[in-house]
Amino acid sequence: MNSKVLVAPSPHVHGGDSIQKNMYGVVFAMLPALVFSFVYFGMGAIIVTLTAVASCYLFEFLISKYLLKKVPTLNDGSALITGILLAFNVPANLPIWIILIGALVAIGIGKMTFGGLGNNVFNPALVGRVFLLISFPVQMTSWPKPLGFNTAYLDAETGATPLAIIKEGLKKGEPLSQLMHDIPSNMDLFMGNMGGSMGEIAGVALLLGLLYMLFKKIISWHIPLTILGTVAIFSGILHMANPEAYAGPLFHILTGGLLLGAIFMATDYVTSPMSHKGMIIYGIGIGLLTVIIRVFGAYPEGVSFAILIMNAFVPLINVYVKPKRFGEKRK
Amino acid sequence: MLKTFSLGGIHPAGNKLSASSAIQVLPIPEIVSIPISQHIGAPATPVVKKNDEVKVGQLIAKSSGFVSANIHSSVSGTVFKVDDIMDSSGFRRTAIIIKVDGDEWLETIDRSETLVTEISASKEEIIAKIAEAGIVGLGGATFPAHVKLSVPPGKTAEVLIINAVECEPYLTSDHRVMLEKGDEVLVGTQILMKALGVNKAIIGIENNKPDAIAHLTKLAVNYQGIEICPLKTQYPQGGEKQLISATIKREIPSGALPIEVGAVVQNVGSAFAVYEAVQKNKPLFERIATITGKSLKNPSNWRFRIGTPVKDLIDAAGGLPEDTGKIIGGGPMMGKALTTVEVPLTKGSSGLLLLPREEALRKESKPCIRCGKCVSACPMGLEPFLLMVLADKKEYERLENNAVMDCMECGSCSFTCPANRPLLDYIRMGKGKVGQIMRSRK
Repeated sequence: MNSKVLVAPSPHVHGGDSIQKNMYGVVFAMLPALVFSFVYFGMGAIIVTLTAVASCYLFEFLISKYLLKKVPTLNDGSALITGILLAFNVPANLPIWIILIGALVAIGIGKMTFGGLGNNVFNPALVGRVFLLISFPVQMTSWPKPLGFNTAYLDAETGATPLAIIKEGLKKGEPLSQLMHDIPSNMDLFMGNMGGSMGEIAGVALLLGLLYMLFKKIISWHIPLTILGTVAIFSGILHMANPEAYAGPLFHILTGGLLLGAIFMATDYVTSPMSHKGMIIYGIGIGLLTVIIRVFGAYPEGVSFAILIMNAFVPLINVYVKPKRFGEKRK
Repeated sequence: MLKTFSLGGIHPAGNKLSASSAIQVLPIPEIVSIPISQHIGAPATPVVKKNDEVKVGQLIAKSSGFVSANIHSSVSGTVFKVDDIMDSSGFRRTAIIIKVDGDEWLETIDRSETLVTEISASKEEIIAKIAEAGIVGLGGATFPAHVKLSVPPGKTAEVLIINAVECEPYLTSDHRVMLEKGDEVLVGTQILMKALGVNKAIIGIENNKPDAIAHLTKLAVNYQGIEICPLKTQYPQGGEKQLISATIKREIPSGALPIEVGAVVQNVGSAFAVYEAVQKNKPLFERIATITGKSLKNPSNWRFRIGTPVKDLIDAAGGLPEDTGKIIGGGPMMGKALTTVEVPLTKGSSGLLLLPREEALRKESKPCIRCGKCVSACPMGLEPFLLMVLADKKEYERLENNAVMDCMECGSCSFTCPANRPLLDYIRMGKGKVGQIMRSRK
């Protein structure tokens, strides 16, 4: 008799899913958007991405090893995602030293102060991004023009984003129909031919990523689709009420990183609700806040703030929104 | 769209290695150890003593309460002793040990292969006969069958559901029974319908067994009121609540029994046993089990006498493979790991799985990344991640409020978790404690 058999409680088999598979799956889903950013912004995009990723890894390693005094777990892929997302959220002409600060805030304050992966309340990349936006408003809002592949980095020619053009114009009292002439066509917006942060420009690439993640069951449809649906409905109502003051739903969806936020930022496992019902509430919240900030707030863009605000509600949502239990009467 | 249950579910690899292997008969061993507790409920009381002569099918331990079951000798020979032995649960429990001599059956048992379709017994006679034959749920839960058939006053049964799902990976014994004993299963189903006084029965079969679906659908035209219901393959569809949800779209409320929604569920193997008990007067002393495993020489299905050592079944299938890391009584999702191969096979032994060492080892558990996949997978709509934390922190009141007692321990959460967290281990612990607290309150 083989005396070395194992005895353990069921289940005796595992599905084979792992943290790495999910994390690298997300990275793979971000590749189309990454390629688009390289194509439109050239050398600057490559420098910014490499710096962001390398510094996220470096800070995670240093903080785990010397401050938390535990074995750094760099191979789980989460630092890579934070790095790429941070790069996606900044202009392609951002100086290296600012990126380093962003990475330190994202990893250090956004993630490691809470105890590392799985414990943070706010999306780390967004924490870094918003910190930079508030601290370096000039550098963070001078967006390079998508001139196609070129070697320009800090000296890149800059322009405003579509949302900023509208916001400024409306403030001056210009009618929306007039302002729309300064804005790229919807097709250009969809293909990413506009000013903006590295990752937000190409709707088509982001949607490819979404399809991949849904197909691979890395995320479920609940968060991205409720965000997009809410934005479409809310901005649609405003647009119908006064087409000269409020832009239409398609414009809102294709601009200002809404797709990036809905697909890659709001769906972050750690900082989003656990149940499908909770995800829908969270998604509606992000959608409403995004439009409110964009239309009525001081900033032209609202996705980052909307996600961070809803991140803060996630623990509350998890406590009060329970999944539908089996056998419970459907309301 | 094929039917399936309402919430959660997972898709483990089927690994039905023994599906095409016809049922063989396992040789009778020299000695059998028949535990007196092979069912849920009170252990039976032995009615034989040392040196008694027994025949095949003779009552050797008597049901000792409403929820209990008779035990019959599976061999003929002499009672060697009544003593405590290690059983598949790992505990020492009383068993009747019989030295085999020949194979002499009680004369009352009809040993012919003729199919008897005419059901002459009355409703009461059927239930009495099923109780007398010691039939228990053969899917693995081993709940005494006659108890389920005795509908409590004030409740009415509307439909009989036959569980032919066999959603556990690897196991194929129900599959083979349907293919080889199809008519017997259908007669057994009609007997159960008569016992319940219902005119409708649904046999739920997952569509990974298309041959069984086709075979039974063809046969069922000769039997009134029996519907074959193909189901989308998804674990844990064989759970009673899930099967009812899949077949008749009704959800049993928390803590209630199937009869609450007018359903009674019996396993397909039990239907076959009922046929043999009622039509052939044969008590439950043998059953069919799968012996399987990726490294095993000959994954196959066997009809064995209850009390046969697990070792005999393994030897019949080519012996214990070198790389065996875990011996599991049952399937990989809900089966129990055995400590030795010397334990006896019982009424609840639906299969034996030999898991290679590298598959048996658990991977290192990582911190929860809050992906929510356990919540999506849970067929009961629970939050396994939360229940694990609460069990760990001994927050029993919150565990109870979060419906921990609804957990049926299917293991879908642990199976799914990308961080390899031992969710079910903790939930089980919490359930045990909460159950204790709830009982002490009464």
